[in-house]
Amino acid sequence: MDRSRRKLLKLFAAAGATTALAQPAQAASANKHFDGYPGSYGVLHDTTRCVGCRSCEAACNEVNNLPKPDKPFDDKSVFEEKRRTKTGVFTVVNRYDGVGKDGGPVYRKLQCNHCLEPACGNVCFVHAFTKSPEGAVVYDPSVCVGCRYCLLACPWSLPGYEYDNAFSPVVVRCTMCYPRIKEGKLPGCVEACPMEALTFGKRDDLIKIARDRIEKHPDRYIDHIYGEKEISGTSWLYLSGVPFDKIGLSTHVGVTPPPKLTAGALGAVPMVVGLWPALLTGVWAINKRKEKVAAQEQAEAVKTAIDQTTTKANADLDDYKKKAELQKEKAIDQAVKKALAEAEKAREQAEEKA
Amino acid sequence: MHDSLFHTLQDFMTTSEGITYSIVILSLVSFVFFWRFLTDRDTHD
Amino acid sequence: MSNGTTAALPARGWLTPFNVIAGAIIVMGLVLTFMRFTQGLGAVTNLDSYTPWGFWIGFDLLAGVALAAGGYTTSAGVYLFGMKKYHAAVRPAILTGFLGYSLVVVALLYDVGRPLRLPYPFLVQQGTTSVMFEVAACVALYLTVLFLEFSSAPLEWLGIKKVARIISKLTILLTIFGVVLSTLHQSSLGAMYLMAPSKLHPLWYSSFMPVFFFVSSIAAGISMVLFEASISHKFFHHKMDKHYEEASAQLVFGFGKAGSVVLAAYFAIKVIGVSLDHNWKYLATGYGAWFLVEILGFVLLPCFLYALGVRDKNKKLIQYTAGWTVLGIIVNRLNVSLVAFNYHLPNDLRYVPHWMEIGISVFLITVAVLVFRFIVTRMPIFFEHPDFPQDDH
Repeated sequence: MDRSRRKLLKLFAAAGATTALAQPAQAASANKHFDGYPGSYGVLHDTTRCVGCRSCEAACNEVNNLPKPDKPFDDKSVFEEKRRTKTGVFTVVNRYDGVGKDGGPVYRKLQCNHCLEPACGNVCFVHAFTKSPEGAVVYDPSVCVGCRYCLLACPWSLPGYEYDNAFSPVVVRCTMCYPRIKEGKLPGCVEACPMEALTFGKRDDLIKIARDRIEKHPDRYIDHIYGEKEISGTSWLYLSGVPFDKIGLSTHVGVTPPPKLTAGALGAVPMVVGLWPALLTGVWAINKRKEKVAAQEQAEAVKTAIDQTTTKANADLDDYKKKAELQKEKAIDQAVKKALAEAEKAREQAEEKA
Repeated sequence: MHDSLFHTLQDFMTTSEGITYSIVILSLVSFVFFWRFLTDRDTHD
Repeated sequence: MSNGTTAALPARGWLTPFNVIAGAIIVMGLVLTFMRFTQGLGAVTNLDSYTPWGFWIGFDLLAGVALAAGGYTTSAGVYLFGMKKYHAAVRPAILTGFLGYSLVVVALLYDVGRPLRLPYPFLVQQGTTSVMFEVAACVALYLTVLFLEFSSAPLEWLGIKKVARIISKLTILLTIFGVVLSTLHQSSLGAMYLMAPSKLHPLWYSSFMPVFFFVSSIAAGISMVLFEASISHKFFHHKMDKHYEEASAQLVFGFGKAGSVVLAAYFAIKVIGVSLDHNWKYLATGYGAWFLVEILGFVLLPCFLYALGVRDKNKKLIQYTAGWTVLGIIVNRLNVSLVAFNYHLPNDLRYVPHWMEIGISVFLITVAVLVFRFIVTRMPIFFEHPDFPQDDH
């Protein structure tokens, strides 16, 4: 390896790309496609099994050491309104009245969906969100500036923010019990669910399980696994017997991976930096040249005018000189003639006297 | 180790954008010197 | 210079109606500022987890940055595009740009949860995939460029000749940087909303939002320069020299023409945006009516009025049109950030700004106006400093 090459590698290492150059493995392809971390975990929420007991909420509150809510977890009056995640609340179960197949209520648990390509992570300008190989999207509050772009970007508006915390507000969201998963334990909510409405496992396996359930009970489920393809996939998956928009899961989120939404605009940025200076220098040079030419033309016009005047003046002068000379000659002639005449006269007078 | 380098588009873009930003900053800075090199012998008119 | 300072003080002393009102606003602003930083965002705003960005982002950031575009449009027009006869308009435009961007940064300190961490994206950890990272970097760099461009005025005022000459030599380079950085962050402000295709009404959401934001920022910059020139003329015309007055009179028609052309282009691409996404059907809805008000009333109408003003040499018409266009840009930015955002939510979950949010914005604008007045009554903004005649570039 020659020296210049080593230098180049050093430069790239500084930019964090050594591995990218050193590894020959990846088959080259202009098609950039990513399937997520293989073997990552997820949770399948079967809403047809959920009875709204709120055990998951209680467990979440406990394992995350969150403050106790005003109303106890067995109080069913909370279902009167649609609740959401907020300070001290990482997950809630909502009741959707009259949407069930028998006209009854349907319960659905709500928490961070832990996307395969998290929108929150894509928009965070301090990179506070990371998709872990285990499947959880992990948030690092120690770098969070509090711009709340993550809240804006989340298609389901799932993250909450501590608006009433004056000095150290953080984003509020489900961690998928990442520390517990690392220890080999189940997420708190999954462990607490008495109805097996929540299933923890490898995401690939969960999709198979979900397909299997749909196939075996086509009358019980609608033929869609929410989260399999939504915004290119989420680690939390949902099964339902009723259309998903009836239980508060938007059907307008699309299947585009969030990073793709701004990739074009982001890519245009360096292109503009590359092109604009050249373009603007060109425009400036053209105008400068135009000014220079205009100035030159003006100077030339002035020069021509001066030249013409000078020539005419010179010609006049010559004329004048000639005339003057002629006059001078005439004068000399006359003077000579006069002198001669006078001399003649004098001579004649002298002769007469003599 | 996994057989491919990036598992998510997000990770891929974090790296590619990171390198691109370094290049962008470099090119903005070098434009200053390029500009000087290009114009410093221009007669002032 | 000395005559400048004396002329700045009105004969009646400090108790002018303007000063009394400004003083009251500042007292209110200080109280609200204290509340914001001791009790948190929740105490002074109606922001919630559905609408994390409210009036401060829509008005102070989006509209503020667009309206501060006069700096780059004017300096680019004069130094790069050869409109030298408007030379005297550059300094006021740069000054407004600089103050505008400073205002935006201060407003952001109110808006973010941990204001002291604002430099984190540069110093601690870079979120390179974020459009906001790009915006933050460009705004920071552009503020520096504007500061350098503007610095010749205080340097001349203080008589620091050597540095003033160096800055003057860098004019073209700084102008080019200014245009590059402005193109980037003006468009990126639109690109920030690309992330919310399911939350922003389809009539306003478009993959071309960055282009819309960039082009409309040019119209905003042009109109703001005209608008501001007419107001400045009213209040500071004793500070203006012959050069400025002459340039300002010509500028009205030149900029009016430019404004008309840019608005025409903006109208065209907005219609093309609707067509590309095949959003015609939404035009018949309530949001569609409001969208039509925006693009017919605040884009096409001022486009026509500018043209009419230029044809008829009607200075007054152009000045009023400039004010109308400025209002139109504010309407557009508030539409994207507040009106058409979260259109799918039921009314009781939607955001309406708290009066205290608006109060803080008014307070910040008042401070900026006072700083502007302080500067133009002292430094060579509307007049050329006798020791530093503006050389050619």
